[in-house]
Amino acid sequence: MDFSSGLPPGGKMDSASKEQLMSQVKQQIALANAQELLQKMSEKCYKKCISKPGTTLDNSEQKCIAMCMDRYMDTWNLVSRVYGQRLQRESSRMS
Amino acid sequence: MVTLSLPLQAQTQLFEPFFGKKSQAIIIMSFDPLPKQDEVDPEVASFIQMESQKAELQAQVHKLADVCWEQCVDRPRDKLDSRTETCVSNCVERFIDTSLTIATRFQKILQGAAGGM
Repeated sequence: MDFSSGLPPGGKMDSASKEQLMSQVKQQIALANAQELLQKMSEKCYKKCISKPGTTLDNSEQKCIAMCMDRYMDTWNLVSRVYGQRLQRESSRMS
Repeated sequence: MVTLSLPLQAQTQLFEPFFGKKSQAIIIMSFDPLPKQDEVDPEVASFIQMESQKAELQAQVHKLADVCWEQCVDRPRDKLDSRTETCVSNCVERFIDTSLTIATRFQKILQGAAGGM
């Protein structure tokens, strides 16, 4: 019997299917991350920009939403940087 | 179960309430290796472990961005001004300090309870 492809006992996958699996996992994580960010921005920017919901999104509301999105992403990136630096400091302190 | 000296894993779990249910480690970057399973390809297993660590960290960033946005950003302007940047950066640092302080103190309380028995 040929065990060199597919899923033989011992679990050694061939490198093509391994690569495919890994890139799928990466893609799904990236997608989940983007969805989380979208959801947060919708929630936060609705709160900041729409105080009295009218019949349409007016011009100033749309401008506010665009600005709010950009600032939320700035904030996200800043938080990510500061958090990463802190993690590095803490892990070098521990070792 | 309370032990006198909490293992590292238990210490990291103390952070959970402050960072959300799924987080395993916040400051202390120790992650349990996946359970040894013969069926799992070791390369795939370590890849999955790495990716889930990254996903955990990203989840923390989402959480912190939420908290600090609420506290620091009043009206979104055409850029983040330096006062807001300072506020966000302090917010992240103090949030972590707070969870560390609480985790340490909580651990002492647990140890005290165990010592009194």
